[in-house]
Amino acid sequence: MSALASLRNPANAFTALVLLVFATGPVVMPLIGEPFYVIVFARIMVWAIAAVSLNLIMGYGGMISFGHAVYLGLGGYAVGILAFHGVTSGWAQLAVAVGASAAVALVFGAISLRTRGVYFIMITLALAQMIFFLAVSAEQYGSDDGLNILSRSDFGLAFYDLNDQATLYYTVFAVLLASVGISARLVGSRFGAVLRAAKSNDTRVQAVGVATYRYRLTAFVIAGVMCGIAGFLQANLESFVSPDMMSWPRAGELIFMVVLGGMSTLFGPVTGAFVFLMVSDTLAEWTIHWHIIFGPLLVLVVLFARGGIAGLLNRKPSPRGGANG
Amino acid sequence: MPHAVRHGCMGIAPMDHVLLIEQFLNGFQLGIILFLMAAGLTLVFGIMDLVNLAHGSLFMIGAFVGGTLALLTGSFILGVILMVPAMLVIGIAIEMTALRTLYARDHLDQVLATFGLILFFNEATRLIWGPEGLVVPLPHFLDGSVEIGLGITYPVYRIVIIAVGLAVALGLYILVGRTRIGMLIRAGASNRTMAGALGVNIPKLFSIVFGIGAVLAGLAGLIITPITQAQIGMGEDVLILAFVVIVIGGIGSIRGAFIAAIVTGVIDTMGRSFLDVLLLLFLPANAAESAGPALSSMLIYILMAAILFFRPQGLFPPRGAQ
Repeated sequence: MSALASLRNPANAFTALVLLVFATGPVVMPLIGEPFYVIVFARIMVWAIAAVSLNLIMGYGGMISFGHAVYLGLGGYAVGILAFHGVTSGWAQLAVAVGASAAVALVFGAISLRTRGVYFIMITLALAQMIFFLAVSAEQYGSDDGLNILSRSDFGLAFYDLNDQATLYYTVFAVLLASVGISARLVGSRFGAVLRAAKSNDTRVQAVGVATYRYRLTAFVIAGVMCGIAGFLQANLESFVSPDMMSWPRAGELIFMVVLGGMSTLFGPVTGAFVFLMVSDTLAEWTIHWHIIFGPLLVLVVLFARGGIAGLLNRKPSPRGGANG
Repeated sequence: MPHAVRHGCMGIAPMDHVLLIEQFLNGFQLGIILFLMAAGLTLVFGIMDLVNLAHGSLFMIGAFVGGTLALLTGSFILGVILMVPAMLVIGIAIEMTALRTLYARDHLDQVLATFGLILFFNEATRLIWGPEGLVVPLPHFLDGSVEIGLGITYPVYRIVIIAVGLAVALGLYILVGRTRIGMLIRAGASNRTMAGALGVNIPKLFSIVFGIGAVLAGLAGLIITPITQAQIGMGEDVLILAFVVIVIGGIGSIRGAFIAAIVTGVIDTMGRSFLDVLLLLFLPANAAESAGPALSSMLIYILMAAILFFRPQGLFPPRGAQ
């Protein structure tokens, strides 16, 4: 199927539309008098990167991590804390963000992957909560109030400056595309095949002689690092980090974005993040009590929109004219 | 915030036996609150296989509804008594409208839907009671301290909380272990399908169990309210601690929940009070001072990780559960 023909599929067409909006945002939005949306799109793309990373373990690996937002915090605080101590080198900050995310994901993964199902959900939540409270108790770095970042990451290159809005925006866009690309490569590889097989029947894969624990742990670490990089970008975007970015409601929202867009689809997390954040922003503009609408809306999505947006858009009409999932 | 729940009356103080016993009792009291939460959570999960994040909302609703009843009747005791049927009705209503359809779904759907419910309940509480929360005063005869021996005076109300919690734990033990409904609950927990095939009305059993869980969570929220006030989102931090408790104790086990709740409450409270003093023994003063609070807030999670490492099913996995 050619690229053009695949756009006849409504879900693919929607994905293409969202990517087009992201790609042209900084040019089109100021033209139509909505420059504010450039920042909004950049934020959405950062969440989308985090959601793509979560999808890697949750969608393809069946590991429902309720603590994935912690890596956003680790990546963010790597920028914040180093900048606080005067280290503004982007290379150093990125290295610490990646290193810290990888180390924490390795330890947390090693512990939580010993368990299954609901235990796994609760343990990832509790472990993430531990880092959250660590950040809250770090008075030197602002505790609850967070930490302002006075200067953005400096990569020391004349042609590349994150203080330039367009550079920052397209960096985020490029990382988003790269994260989807890496996911696609991983999922299509032997590694991905083991991961998916272990999701559907772990015992059988082990019986064939594959040590699935190591594969799952590797995936857990890759996803953690990817999300840590999203945190690095978020800190640069907001010039601010706080424990809130790794609080458990953020982790819940991340899961929701993935499910909303369509689990175990490559671009699902991207469209999911887009729809989730656009809807919540719109509702929040409408009334300060938007949660009273948004909460039940989430429940309805879970109950009636199985397979998320991709599932809804690709629903084929049944012979009787109704719809089936 | 949980800090208010955890600390009764303390600052940095030298380590002496009075403070040690006081903080032990404070920890025990936190353990009681955690047990009331964890008991409902573990029953609902053990029997219905439902992950209910909104269990923390029941904690909050119990505090606000019970607190309002106490203020309306002018009696805290009456408020607590009236809260029980109120929470039973609210719990069963939530179960029948929102949760019943989720039993057939996987855990992920349950997590997400009950996450949506939390947003709804928090906002509904804010709309009804306003953003400031609710202050519920103690009756005079419960306000004050009493000498409990060894030269220690301890707040009467905290002793009451501990006594109420122990009474509830005993009642629950008898209910689950010795009564007909308890027999059905245990049957439902070990094999739902078989219990249903033998003629147990499973939907009705689920409603009752969820109602009991709602009452326990509501009771926990209400009895802590005179100390902390009723606040929006007050149940969420307690919920996560209750998760830690049931993971340590073994999901589905009331006995495990009780032991793990007390251990968690005591370790958390004692750690927050004494860890920096302990660290002073082998760390320089400024390092101990900064590592103390950070490490003490992580203590129970480290404990949980250690227990899971050796016993992935928790300390007391219930017999017969799959």
